[in-house]
Amino acid sequence: MSPTEVHPIDLANARPIAPAPPQHWDLVIRPKRHLLDVNLQELWAYRDLASLFVQRDIVTVYKQTILGPLWFVLQPILTTLVFAVVFGNIAQISTDGLPAILFYMSGIVLWNYFAESLTRTSSTFTANAHIFGKVYFPRLVVPISIVISNLIKFLIQFCLFLVIWLWYWVMTDSVHPNLWILANGYCLLLMAGLGLGFGVLFSSLTTKYRDLTFLLTFGIQLGMYATPIIFPMSSLSERYRAILWWNPLSHIVETFKYGFLGAGQADVLGLAYSTTFTVLTLTLGILVFNRTEQTFMDTV
Amino acid sequence: MTVAIQIDAVSKLYRLGTVGTGTLAHDLNRWWHQIRGKDDPYAKVGQVNDRTQKSTNSSPSAERGVPPGSAGAGGPEYVWALRDIDLQIEQGEIVGLIGRNGAGKSTLLKLLSRVTAPTRGEIRSNGRIASLLEVGTGFHPELTGRENIYMNGAILGMRRREITQHLDEIVEFSGCSKYIDTPVKRYSSGMTVRLGFSVAAHLNCEILVVDEVLAVGDGDFQQRCLGRMQDMQGDGRTVIFVSHQMSMITAICKRGVVLKNGQVAFDGTAEDAVLAHQSTTKTGSGAGFDARELGIHVGDDRSSLLRVWTEDKAGTGKRSFDIEEPILIKMEYKILRDDIPWPYANFHIFDSSGKHLFVTANKNYPVAGDTAIPGTYVAACELPGSFLNTGNFTIGAAATCIDRGVNVCFWQPDALTLQVTEDLTRTLHGSRNGYAGPIPGPIRPSLDWEITAVTTLSSDPR
Repeated sequence: MSPTEVHPIDLANARPIAPAPPQHWDLVIRPKRHLLDVNLQELWAYRDLASLFVQRDIVTVYKQTILGPLWFVLQPILTTLVFAVVFGNIAQISTDGLPAILFYMSGIVLWNYFAESLTRTSSTFTANAHIFGKVYFPRLVVPISIVISNLIKFLIQFCLFLVIWLWYWVMTDSVHPNLWILANGYCLLLMAGLGLGFGVLFSSLTTKYRDLTFLLTFGIQLGMYATPIIFPMSSLSERYRAILWWNPLSHIVETFKYGFLGAGQADVLGLAYSTTFTVLTLTLGILVFNRTEQTFMDTV
Repeated sequence: MTVAIQIDAVSKLYRLGTVGTGTLAHDLNRWWHQIRGKDDPYAKVGQVNDRTQKSTNSSPSAERGVPPGSAGAGGPEYVWALRDIDLQIEQGEIVGLIGRNGAGKSTLLKLLSRVTAPTRGEIRSNGRIASLLEVGTGFHPELTGRENIYMNGAILGMRRREITQHLDEIVEFSGCSKYIDTPVKRYSSGMTVRLGFSVAAHLNCEILVVDEVLAVGDGDFQQRCLGRMQDMQGDGRTVIFVSHQMSMITAICKRGVVLKNGQVAFDGTAEDAVLAHQSTTKTGSGAGFDARELGIHVGDDRSSLLRVWTEDKAGTGKRSFDIEEPILIKMEYKILRDDIPWPYANFHIFDSSGKHLFVTANKNYPVAGDTAIPGTYVAACELPGSFLNTGNFTIGAAATCIDRGVNVCFWQPDALTLQVTEDLTRTLHGSRNGYAGPIPGPIRPSLDWEITAVTTLSSDPR
């Protein structure tokens, strides 16, 4: 077939769209996808990329450091000590009768996971613009891999918590684990979902107008005080408690503390509320993200 | 033959200026149109993309029925980076995409590689499209060469298994095997590029989209990459290739598409496309420079330029010459006064990068005497065959009078462009001696050589 020649004069009159021959196409690029057109199959095809991103995130953090992965555990230890001194000793905030170290560490490890997942996924578009501008892959791979690599960091920190917790359980009579401990795998899933959902939502909303990024940093700081991290639910007045239960994270954190330490509160209804909230946020987040990823390069 | 890529009426609208409070009003207005099921109001005010022209659409919105105040004077403006592009690319074709900076080449590649979506139109393809808009996308400086091969390969859409399969080939192709376990941050920039291209060269895709990424890397490596692309065509793969190096386009592409101001200005063989591109970038038309045709006056009260053209020995006007063929450059001009010395006619030769190669001047007029005789003259200069190298050259024409200093009568710096080509089937004999690669330098004169034996092994007594 010989290529057709277009004379420059013909350009003024744009040719009409040729009717597509009835043929199979592997790929059709259109101005806008349907709102619900989320290609999960394609996402799955890129699972190797996700695992490589996770590997990169973990490996590069401690390159050229002496302590290496130890930094993953040193950080929560130091924060726990600071919290124990400031909130426990100086401000004398109740720890529900639990050892201060365990109480604060459980809160910090959980909160860190959520906060870091949210912060890092919320900058997906802006932080990766240089890659996204050069090559296509399902953009969701990036936030998902961030949540997974943070999960690995969490598990390392959780092991530290487990060691201290075991020591207290065997040596003292201050912790009373119960069957709710089994719900924690699920709680973790909810937390990952919430971090991812909020993160992709924020990252989509900040591609064009960056105002929200300032709000987010502030919001995460405030969020810690609206979640029972440094205080137990039981230390609050009835009125404040009613408000805080609307926070889906409250149920997750309280369930975790109740299951492992035996103090706090866990109920099925609360977790059901958190689940609904997570599913809604995640769905909304992914839909908005999917919509944004097609043309964000033009405005980022 | 089957169609690999079908591009139908694809357009892309871009907004000029910065994003700030002003854009919010536009977004709200667009959203308001959208929920009422109307067209994007700003798509109508978009104008043809010509970066040299300052935008002048002060208030076309009012006359097109767009709500007033939506695109007032001084407000943000919109341009069509691409407008109604229709192309059909067959499987196994290597298509060269050329055009000036800002003509829309990169935008088209971005749409093809799904980095961004078109504003209108549709692109359909058969087969996996891999894009190479940059080499080594996603390289992490802290990771080793090997780790980065995996990283980069995965970003380009390869499975881990596929990469492992080709790992040895990739490392070997890059020529970096010694450094493969060293972090990439210790690499030289050339090595990084080599590694990046090697990964891309082993992509298992049916359609490859390549932006001007081969400009980096040394000549030897470029050669290897071009060879690889030609192999790909042999395998029935489709390649779309953007380059500003016209010699590369003609070397590897069969078909060339010229984009101009976001539209397809030419579609044909690569050689013709390069010529068409050259003639759109310069003022001269296909037949050469003609001041009367262009309606311009070049010159002063002493002399003025009428025409500049090139022809072969047989007197046929043409712009594309074989490297072994002599090139006649001619200019027709008028001498207007009789109280001046005879003016020198000069030709200035520039290469495609705009570098001034040389000037040649002469005043061997057929009429004797020290002062000029008014009239119309034609000056011809013959560039011998096997003198200019292959590529594109721009000719400038001037006339100067040496009369109490040098006075320039006229000067047309980009009168025309000509192309010197070479038939590579002659590779095996003749001047190339079996070498098919690029020969550097703007000129490639055929010179007299003599090699004498001072001593040889058989005659040396030792």
